[in-house]
Amino acid sequence: MDPFDELPLRELVPAVIGVLVRRGADFATAEDAVQDALVEAVRTFGDTGVPRDPKGWLVTVAWRRFLDVVRSDTARQRREVAIDAEPEVGPTEDVDGTLRIFFLCAHPALTPASAVALTLRAVAGLTTRQIAEAYLVPEATMAQRISRAKRTVTGGSFDRPGELHTVRRVLYLVFNEGYTGDVDLAAEAIRLTRQLARLSTSPETDGLLALMQLHHARRSARTRPDGTLVPLAEQDRALWDTDLITEGVAILQAALARERRGEFQLQAAIAALHADAATTGETDWVQVVQWYDELLALTGSPVVRLNRAIAVGEADGARAGLAALAEVDPHLPRHRAAAAYLHEQAGDLATAARLYAEAAPLATNVAERTHLTRQAARLNTHSS
Amino acid sequence: MPKYLILKHYRGTPATVNDVPMDRWTPEEVDAHMQFMADFGQRLEESGEYVDGQALSPEGAFVRAGDARGTPVTDGPFAETKDLIAGWYIVDVDGWDRAAALAGELSLAPGAGGKPIHEWLEVRPFYGAPSATQD
Repeated sequence: MDPFDELPLRELVPAVIGVLVRRGADFATAEDAVQDALVEAVRTFGDTGVPRDPKGWLVTVAWRRFLDVVRSDTARQRREVAIDAEPEVGPTEDVDGTLRIFFLCAHPALTPASAVALTLRAVAGLTTRQIAEAYLVPEATMAQRISRAKRTVTGGSFDRPGELHTVRRVLYLVFNEGYTGDVDLAAEAIRLTRQLARLSTSPETDGLLALMQLHHARRSARTRPDGTLVPLAEQDRALWDTDLITEGVAILQAALARERRGEFQLQAAIAALHADAATTGETDWVQVVQWYDELLALTGSPVVRLNRAIAVGEADGARAGLAALAEVDPHLPRHRAAAAYLHEQAGDLATAARLYAEAAPLATNVAERTHLTRQAARLNTHSS
Repeated sequence: MPKYLILKHYRGTPATVNDVPMDRWTPEEVDAHMQFMADFGQRLEESGEYVDGQALSPEGAFVRAGDARGTPVTDGPFAETKDLIAGWYIVDVDGWDRAAALAGELSLAPGAGGKPIHEWLEVRPFYGAPSATQD
């Protein structure tokens, strides 16, 4: 038997939860019921094949499951009468329902970690175990986090639309956390962002989608088989996914043409310039700096200021880069690594080696720490 | 089976045989060291003895309550002389001898000149749960 592809089913999850909620179910119970229905579906369809209307199947099974839960809870018997009527829903309501689930899971009352966990369950349709494995925490911990998050948003404003930018922020977090375990979180983030872009048109959501695609396209070139990092300048560009780059660039261009620029579009524009060049030397660094200027004006972010300094170093020479870096808060995590790089470009190898060695313990992950130690080692053993 | 913690230290252990700091190795020696560590973890998983392995950043501080409400008071960054844990493996093995043997193996990770570091590792038994027949 072919391995059963559950992805099309998981795509239906937020819409199905939306239907249950519209019929009067509370979000927390509805979400549990839909998870149960999904597990049931994966088990059943593997043998029987997918029915003609999988969404209708999920709604029916989840609703039945919901009623079982409510009926077994005597305290809720009064409410059961009120919700036994089953209004039919049209396609427009379906879109709204799905979108509301996105909003609810990214509710501003939630911490980022809780919003991410809830989004992966109720929007992406992943199981608690899969989410726990992805974030390397015990399943019981993740289950607690999700149920607390559900309590926080239940009884909230399901009828009021939320804000797209909070949803985008959560999806970006999912993308950025990388992945472990058997679920590819970056791919999930791209899928959900694509879905969000379909539900609610916004150039900034398209910008986020393009940004993710352009980074994802470089993924297999970014690390060696042993897990060590390959800097952009040394990446084998033949390993880049050109189809994904083409798609990302097209989405970005259409978004930029709508003249409502935002942070993600600007970041994507920078990523697109990197993706467009055959080598780092051929990168249009002057234009990269211009995008950074715009991004800095929009966000005022110190991290952007730091990255801009490196781009200035490429565009106008290392000395100019160091001058730009002098304007950046030296306490930023990657400040010393950036300074090391620019000093090396400026030919001051002893200072660069010292700064790389100092930067290594400040790294936030082992791969980066090893990379910086290796850079120090390279300069120390070749310049002496 | 008993569990043991194999602790790696940044400093605070007796001097090692080959104690050239890593940023003075060649890049190839750094790679060889990393490969050794990756292979060690892989072998532990394959032998069914791996429980956990983590690396700690040397950043951080000591923290204690400064008043009755638990307002944190920090002492940091760590002074040079303090012992500093770099990371650990947790292994689930037959007993002390196997845990010590694994630490011995890990201690031979290659360093400068490709020669083993003979790094000191701390091996500590976990307290287990009371056994079902214990009373």
